[in-house]
Amino acid sequence: MSPADARSGSSTATRRFRVYRYKRGDPGWRFDPFEVPVGPSTTVLDALRWIQLHRDRSLALRHSCFHASCGTCGMQVNGREVLGCVTLADPLGSTITVEPLANIPVLTDLVVDMGHVFDRFPDEIGTVRMSEELPQASPPDGIDAYERFEDCIECGLCLSACPVSATSDAYVGPAALAAAQRLLEEPRGVDPERILDWADDPMGAWRCHAAFECTEACPSNVRPAERIMALRGVLATGHRTVATVKPA
Amino acid sequence: MTRSAPRASRDAPHVLIVGGGGTGGALAHDLTLRGIRITLVERGEFTSGTTGRHHGLLHSGARYAVNDRESAIECIEENAILRAICPGSFEENDGLFVALTDEDMEYYDDLVEGCKACGIPIEELAPQEALRMEPLLNPELKAAIRVPDATMDAMRMPLRFFATAKHGGATLYNFMEVLDVVVDGGAVTGATVRDHVTGSVGDIHADLVVNATGPWSEKIARMAGVDVPISPSPGVMLALRGRLCNMVINRMHRSGDGDIVVPQRALSVVGTSSWTVEDPDELDVPEDHVTRMRVEGAKLIPAVAQAGFRAAWSAARPLIGSKDAEAGRELSRTFKTIDHAGEGVEGLVTITGGKATTLRGMAELCGDVICRKLGIDRPCSTRSVTTLPHTAFYAETERRLA
Repeated sequence: MSPADARSGSSTATRRFRVYRYKRGDPGWRFDPFEVPVGPSTTVLDALRWIQLHRDRSLALRHSCFHASCGTCGMQVNGREVLGCVTLADPLGSTITVEPLANIPVLTDLVVDMGHVFDRFPDEIGTVRMSEELPQASPPDGIDAYERFEDCIECGLCLSACPVSATSDAYVGPAALAAAQRLLEEPRGVDPERILDWADDPMGAWRCHAAFECTEACPSNVRPAERIMALRGVLATGHRTVATVKPA
Repeated sequence: MTRSAPRASRDAPHVLIVGGGGTGGALAHDLTLRGIRITLVERGEFTSGTTGRHHGLLHSGARYAVNDRESAIECIEENAILRAICPGSFEENDGLFVALTDEDMEYYDDLVEGCKACGIPIEELAPQEALRMEPLLNPELKAAIRVPDATMDAMRMPLRFFATAKHGGATLYNFMEVLDVVVDGGAVTGATVRDHVTGSVGDIHADLVVNATGPWSEKIARMAGVDVPISPSPGVMLALRGRLCNMVINRMHRSGDGDIVVPQRALSVVGTSSWTVEDPDELDVPEDHVTRMRVEGAKLIPAVAQAGFRAAWSAARPLIGSKDAEAGRELSRTFKTIDHAGEGVEGLVTITGGKATTLRGMAELCGDVICRKLGIDRPCSTRSVTTLPHTAFYAETERRLA
């Protein structure tokens, strides 16, 4: 059994994958075609792993958690930003085109340079936040309040989908601004004035054109566009409290 | 922050670590701090094998306290160390062991006694106290025991070890696959690799090669003509939308299918099943296992039955022991360092077994073996070195083979 066969169930069909290929030193990029068996629960990541194991071991792609928590398997599938691990191949048509994320330099094949993404974040980005889930629950002795990881999984989908980032590499982009807004919502020791100074820049919160493509692309319900609007609200009014953005 | 780690001198011994999971990353960190030159190669992205796919539990050790006390003690010791050296990488909400049936209650005294014997701090809770902490628990619960479990980020916590090693001078290559080991005069002296970034093939020479490839360790060992007793033992996990608990919820009975719900971000992860396979690359996700996760998980938290599906996947544990152990559950969760000199092959050490919670401790013991072999007298210092944040991993331009 292979990852793709395994989830095929009874109705396996063959799909044509067109996969973006580039190795350092190549004169240019190309699409390689692969015929892949796909069943009703085969994900795009399963299919790419099947290609790696059975057709071309040199295909490079990023993956880690397989459940939309690590954010490594971001890619463009038929022109849309998705996490391959939670995107079913079956509904995508007979030809499925897989490309690396846009607006981030490609290292090889489907692998982009995530350093380009992290460079844009404010220094103090948080990884853990107060948990707002199950508000009626009282934590046990010794724990002041339940906490959980931030929703942002640093996948880069919003940056890839952003039409402004496509035209301006200097724009810090939606993920970084959303992280800044989260720090204002819940500073956890970070100085809000520093975050506001960082965001109050022509290439910061003011560069966004409010296309909301980032919110559309986000696989983790962060709602970056709404957070950028909330940041602007603070900057424009001078009121130093940021509007809270709740998951949709 | 520990950017001041001493850089290995140019004439320091060179160790090649094969495998970029948690074990390889922690070992790169350990040996870099001991002044050894490190090159690490991983065929895919770092943590893409077993490490990144686990359910994200920082074990208190309570799960093993009745039947596998060696593993339980390793877990509680490493649990405390990791919280100290990886601040911000855990949802520190503790965990509960929940008894639902009279049969579960027969396990209660053994669990209390086992935890006490292993040094795992516990708090015995009446049903209404547990329900106050976790309102969505099965209201029929008979008792609960609080333990110091936590949720970890299965990728970002280990990535801190990679980040710290890298900033300490280690050379880490992802997308670099070992094609064969280089053998010279009966000793392993390096590996032939293909760089999937450039497409080029070359040799990396080293004074010692460490096989840290988890469930793949038998494949690497075979290249050198030696054997590793490993059983790739997959388990299925199910991620559901919505955070149905804040603490880690365990079933109070012997380890079984679907006996844990780990909250993580805005998801709830139900795990896990267990079987053994020959090839850790060929993992399926049996539908009946996914259904079992849903059914068993709903016994702990009834809302599991209706929660929206997010993902189901498999990960292969690297359990030590023969493949004859059918279910994988009877194999110990502890780890092992094998010096293959004992089988007549110098220059190759395998580190395998263990689990994410014990990655640092595994690296310490393996590092001790390696230092003895290389004649280096420098103790492990990873217990007290705070690791860099995961974001530091991306903060430097990557290097490739020339």
